[in-house]
Amino acid sequence: MRHTLSVTVENEPGVLSRVVGLFSGRGFNIESLNVAPTLEEGVSHMTISTIGEEQIIEQIVKQLRKLVTVIKVVDLTEHKSVEREMAILKVNAEDAKRAEILRIVDIFRCKVVDVSVDELSIEITGDNGKIEAIINLLSRFGIKEIARTGSVAMKRALQI
Amino acid sequence: MELTGAQIFLECLKKEGVDVVFGFPGGAVIDIYDELPNYPFKHILVRHEQGAIHAADGYARATGDVGVCLVTSGPGATNTVTGIATAYMDSIPVVIFTGQVPTPLIGNDAFQEVDIVGITRPCTKHNYLVKDIKDLAFTVRQAFYLARTGRPGPVLVDLPKDIMQQKFEFVWPEDVSLRSYNPNLKPHTRQIKKVAKLIEKAERPLIYAGGGVISSGAEDELTWLAKSLNIPVTATLMGLGAFPGNDPLWLGMLGMHGTYAANMAINNADLVLAIGARFDDRVTGKVSTFAPKATLVHIDIDPTSIQKNVAVHVPLVADCKSALSALKSEMELKSKSIDWEVSHAVWVRQVQEWSEIHPLRYKKGSKFIKPQFVVEKVYEISNGDAIIATEVGQNQMWAAQFYKFKRSKSFLSSGGLGTMGYGFPAAIGAQMAFPDKLVVNIAGDGSIQMNIQEMMTAVCNNLPVKIVILNNGYLGMVRQWQELFYNRNYCETCMDAQPDFVKLAEAYGAAGFRVTEEKDVEPVLKEAFALNKPVIVDVRVDPEENVYPMVPAGASLTDMLLV
Ligand SMILES: Cc1ncc(C[n+]2csc(CCOP(=O)(O)OP(=O)(O)O)c2C)c(N)n1
Repeated sequence: MRHTLSVTVENEPGVLSRVVGLFSGRGFNIESLNVAPTLEEGVSHMTISTIGEEQIIEQIVKQLRKLVTVIKVVDLTEHKSVEREMAILKVNAEDAKRAEILRIVDIFRCKVVDVSVDELSIEITGDNGKIEAIINLLSRFGIKEIARTGSVAMKRALQI
Repeated sequence: MELTGAQIFLECLKKEGVDVVFGFPGGAVIDIYDELPNYPFKHILVRHEQGAIHAADGYARATGDVGVCLVTSGPGATNTVTGIATAYMDSIPVVIFTGQVPTPLIGNDAFQEVDIVGITRPCTKHNYLVKDIKDLAFTVRQAFYLARTGRPGPVLVDLPKDIMQQKFEFVWPEDVSLRSYNPNLKPHTRQIKKVAKLIEKAERPLIYAGGGVISSGAEDELTWLAKSLNIPVTATLMGLGAFPGNDPLWLGMLGMHGTYAANMAINNADLVLAIGARFDDRVTGKVSTFAPKATLVHIDIDPTSIQKNVAVHVPLVADCKSALSALKSEMELKSKSIDWEVSHAVWVRQVQEWSEIHPLRYKKGSKFIKPQFVVEKVYEISNGDAIIATEVGQNQMWAAQFYKFKRSKSFLSSGGLGTMGYGFPAAIGAQMAFPDKLVVNIAGDGSIQMNIQEMMTAVCNNLPVKIVILNNGYLGMVRQWQELFYNRNYCETCMDAQPDFVKLAEAYGAAGFRVTEEKDVEPVLKEAFALNKPVIVDVRVDPEENVYPMVPAGASLTDMLLV
C-alpha cells in the first residue's frame, strides 16, 4: 500500500542524504520526496511517499525515528490529512484537438501556463489520484514532457 | 582564556574522562599531536588505522566505557571504515576523530581529502563535520553522549585542520540534550505485567540473551530471573558471558553453531524471552520455523530491532536493565505463591537431557591436535578468568563453544560483521584497559595475518597479549563450507604457505612457540601465559577439523549436522 510520511527534520547539511541513504541502504523504495523549510528556524519538513507492506512501512518509520537529525515522523495514512501534488504537462495540441484539451483542462480546474502553435503546457494541482487521472486522459493526445513535484502533505486540523 | 581548536578538543577528551587514545598521526591532525604531550591521557601509536579502531572497540567491550580513536584525513580515515562498521554492527560505543583538510579546501579534491562523513553515514550511529570552532566543544560532547547512551554505537567527528588552529574561548557544555534524540529507557508497566503473567503460565520458558544484556549491565538481573525462576538460558555470540557458562541452567550458544540443547530448546519452548538480542539470521536459521511453539517476548532498547526479522507477540522497548529489574519486582511478588523449582522441573530435566545426549564434543584419538582441545586447555589454564578475543572463522566458533565464559565483557568477538583481523588489535585494547589480566587472542592462521603488524604496538607498549593460533593451514571456515556444500572444491582456501610465526614473533621482539604434539599443548600454553610479554603460540591443529553442530544456512535450527 502507498503511505505518505510527514517527517520533520533538523535543517542541516547531510540530513537529506541520511534520510535517502536509509531508504537506499535497506532497499526501501521512495516514490516521491519533498523537502522545504518550515516556519521554525532550523527545521525542515519532508513529505515522503513510499509503497510497501505494513511491516516494511513500520520499519521505515522506526528507522527514520532512529536518525538523530529526525525530530518527528507521522504516517499520514493513519490520519486525516490533506495531500497535494503539482504537475506541469506539455501536451501535443494541434488545432483540431485544442478545444477538447481545453475542455478537460476546465473540468479538472487546471491552468494553461504556456501556449505555442502545437503545444499547451498545463499546470495541475491535486491529490495523487487526480494527477494520475489527467495524465491518463491527456496521454492519448501525446504528452511530450512532464514535471511533477511529488506529494506535499500535512495532517488535518482536528474537526469538532 | 582562548585556546586553539586542538587544545579545546583535548580539553574535551579530558572532561570526558578519556584515559587512552588509539591513533596514528598525519598532516591533518598534526596540530592535535603537537599538543598531545601536554595532556594526561595515554596515546597508543598503532601500526595501521584499522588497528586503532579495533583496539578502541576492544577497550570499549572489555570496560563498557567509550573507546577513542584518532586518525588523519583521507587514507587514515578510510582505513578505519571496517572497524567502524564492526563496532556499528555490534553496538559498541566508540568515538572516532578524523582529521580533515582545511575548510576552504573541502570539496576541492584537496590532497588527502575524503568525504568520510559521507562514507561512514551508513555505519555510524551519527557523524559530524565541525565547520565552526564555536561548535567544537559541543560536538565532541554530543559525540560521546550519543555513543554511550541508548543503543550504543560508533560516532565519528571530522575535524578540519584550520579549525584545530583557530582560537576560541573554551566553554564545556555541561548539558547535552538533543530534541530529536530521546531513547526510551523505562519499560511500559502494562507490558511488564503481561510478561510476568506469561512467565507464570509458561511450562517451557527459555531465555535467549544477546549483547544488549551486557551493554546495559543487566547480567545480575538476568541471572536472578533464570536462577530464581528456574529458566534455562541460551545466548547469542554477543551474549556470551551474560550468564555464567558453568551454571547448570546454561545451554550454550544457539543458532548455526549453537548446541543441540539450545536449538532443541528454542524449538520446543512455549515462551521465549529474547533480551537485547536481534534475531540475526545466524541465530534464527529459517525464520518461519524459529521457535514455532513459543510466545515470543522481545525486550530491546532499539525499536527498529523489534519486528524486523521475526514477528514477536509482546514487544517491549526499554533498556534491558530497567526492564529486567521491573520484571524482577513483579516476579518476586508471584514467587510467594509459586514454587518455580517444581513448575519448571520437567522442562529443565528435558533440556538437560538434550545437553547430555549431544554435548559439545569432538573426536579424540587422532594423530592431529584438535583445536577444541586447545581451547579447553586455554580455559583450564586460565581458570576461565581470561579475556578472550577471537578472530573470525572456526577459531571464533570453537572459542565460543569450548571456553566457558563466566562473566560478561570477557569475550571480544566481531559478531555482526564477522571481521577477520579484529581479534588481535581488540586484545591490545583490552590489555591496555586491564594490564594485569590475562588476555588471549584465539586466532586462525588466515585472520592473524590481517593485522599482525600490531605486534609492534603490543611490544612497544609492553602489552603481554597472548596469541594462540589454531593453525590449520586453511581459511578453515570457508573450507568447511566448501567441504560440506561445494563438493570439496577447496578453491583458494588452502593457506599452507605462511610465514614462520615463531620467527615473526621474534622479529617483532615478542616470544614465539610452535606446538605440534598434543602433549606439548598444556606445558607450552602455561609457559606462554606466564611470560610477561606478547607471545605467539602457533599450534598446528587438524587441518580438516570442522565446527559442529552446524545448521546449514537457511535451514531450520533442528536440522543440525552433529559430530
Ligand atoms: C575481512 C574478512 N574477509 C573475509 C572473510 C570471510 N571469511 C570468514 S571465515 C574465513 C576463514 C578464516 O580463516 P582463518 O583465519 O584461518 O580461521 P579458521 O576458520 O581456519 O579458524 C573467511 C575468509 C571475513 N570474515 N572477513
